[in-house]
Amino acid sequence: MNALLESARRADERRAKAAIGIRDRWSSLPRPWRIAVLIAFIALLYSLPGLDIPLITTPDTDFTSVLFLCAVYVLVAVGLNVVIGLAGLLDLGYIGFYAVGAYTVAILGSPNSPVVVKYPWIVCVPIAIAVAMLSGVILGWPTLRLRGDYLAIVTLGFGEIIRVFALNSDITNGNRGINAVPTPSEADWPSWMTWFPTIHEGRPVFSVSSVIGFYWLALTVVIICMLGVRRLERSRVGRSWLAIREDEEAAELMGVPTFKYKLWAFAIGAALGGLSGALFFSKQTFINAQGFDLFTSILWVAAVVIGGAGNQLGVAVGAILLAYLPERFREFTDYRLLIFGVALIVMTIFRPQGLLPSRRRTVELEDRAKEAPVA
Amino acid sequence: MLLELKDVSLAYGRIVALHGISLTVDEGEIVALIGANGAGKSTTMRAVSGLRPVLKGSISFDGQDITKMRADLRVIRGVSQSPEGRGIFPGMSVRENLEMGAYTRRNRPEIDKDLERVFGLFPRLKEREKQSGGTMSGGEQQMLAVGRALMSRPKLLLLDEPSMGLAPMLIQQIFDIIVEINQQGTTVLLVEQNAQQALSRAHRAYVLETGRIVKEGTGAELLHDPAVKDAYLGVA
Repeated sequence: MNALLESARRADERRAKAAIGIRDRWSSLPRPWRIAVLIAFIALLYSLPGLDIPLITTPDTDFTSVLFLCAVYVLVAVGLNVVIGLAGLLDLGYIGFYAVGAYTVAILGSPNSPVVVKYPWIVCVPIAIAVAMLSGVILGWPTLRLRGDYLAIVTLGFGEIIRVFALNSDITNGNRGINAVPTPSEADWPSWMTWFPTIHEGRPVFSVSSVIGFYWLALTVVIICMLGVRRLERSRVGRSWLAIREDEEAAELMGVPTFKYKLWAFAIGAALGGLSGALFFSKQTFINAQGFDLFTSILWVAAVVIGGAGNQLGVAVGAILLAYLPERFREFTDYRLLIFGVALIVMTIFRPQGLLPSRRRTVELEDRAKEAPVA
Repeated sequence: MLLELKDVSLAYGRIVALHGISLTVDEGEIVALIGANGAGKSTTMRAVSGLRPVLKGSISFDGQDITKMRADLRVIRGVSQSPEGRGIFPGMSVRENLEMGAYTRRNRPEIDKDLERVFGLFPRLKEREKQSGGTMSGGEQQMLAVGRALMSRPKLLLLDEPSMGLAPMLIQQIFDIIVEINQQGTTVLLVEQNAQQALSRAHRAYVLETGRIVKEGTGAELLHDPAVKDAYLGVA
């Protein structure tokens, strides 16, 4: 057993070294090269539904739908990473924001919701983002003064409150849910969106028979958000988050308005969570309280931690694993809580920094281990 | 008078840590707070820098009442602290840690000038510029913490246990630098367990016991005070 663990650990070390080697080689490439490779990779992502790659495509489910789910989960992970990976705040109720975004679109856009207005999708989504962001501020205002564990418990409660509210309130149609959630349609596209294709292989891209438009849309949103978060990370805001995460008290002594920046992290995370929910249920077109359980919320945190909190590429990998594995290996579905749970335990023992760690995070974790040695 | 604490009380939950402390620091001084573990030295520092709200009393700095002011705004006014346990950002390089010290400032050429000044005071930091803060030795981290506190160009520098965990030779060195910083025009309020060093370098000092000030005087007076000698200097 010990020999097995030891060899696993060595294999993992080799893998981690290889990953660092690739990253170093990547960053030493000249900038035009990097941009060219990136564009080629993005083009590959857009054409994935058309390429019938053996072993990767899912035999039991529509592959494009799986890709769409992956894209939505990556967006969730990118948002959650702002809160957990960048600002260092543990949010266990992130699904609450996802639900707020989704329900906002459903309530404002569906003719079958108790609210009489019926706005087109393109109007609903920005409102959904704003409402989710507002809910983040409302939740964060009193709770971000708390530290660590308390915040985790309060956010956990928030996620559950939203779910129970959705289950029992009239505005959400209770457990019956809302159907006819609005879907993006070319008729509502503003003029600056006309570049987005509307017909693919003779079928409208946003329809039940062809979901490719949803995938392309989600992928586009993911790319924009990842670039945006990266910019933020390298700005003064990112610097402030980094300081707060590494040592909140020291950050305060440097003059960082810690509460303000924690609230910003929470609000931006909530906005991205709301956007993910809005996107996902625009394809689903039906929403009820079932999709918002605590386990999903915790699995998302697991995906961020396993992937490598603080590193956008890492959390994207974690999210894709979480979305893709159960679809590719159907037998996996029943065991995914178990498998992700075990993976999380194994990771916290052997690789707390995640599969593709952020470089700073690795040093932080080593430093913390030094300060509190396990007997 | 640069800093004045009037009858300041502070509690952690139900445990009262400071019972009405009054003290002053004049511009250009080095003032030391000495006392045993748990006497309230670090708590006094936290009250001044704004990490803990006070229960009672008032704190004024540079002619302004800052009793209720947020910690980050006190930094802008000119209070800067090197915290107990150093509080280095482990994942940031030495250089990035120092840049964090200048967080409240925008004037790039001035910041660069102060970086050079800190590197001049602590040449070791220059050698380790790119190294992660978390991987440095205790002595280097202490230098970094003091250097970083200087980067906000404070009027008042608060140093919490600058000699903690350092080898005797390094202790000498760090106190030499504190005196040098003071001679360059920064007022220093300093908390120390090493009473011998603190009293011989400070202009004035206060002795704290269980959250009260029990004695005050010039460094030299207290250094020769029999009671202080007995309790804190460890020599008969």
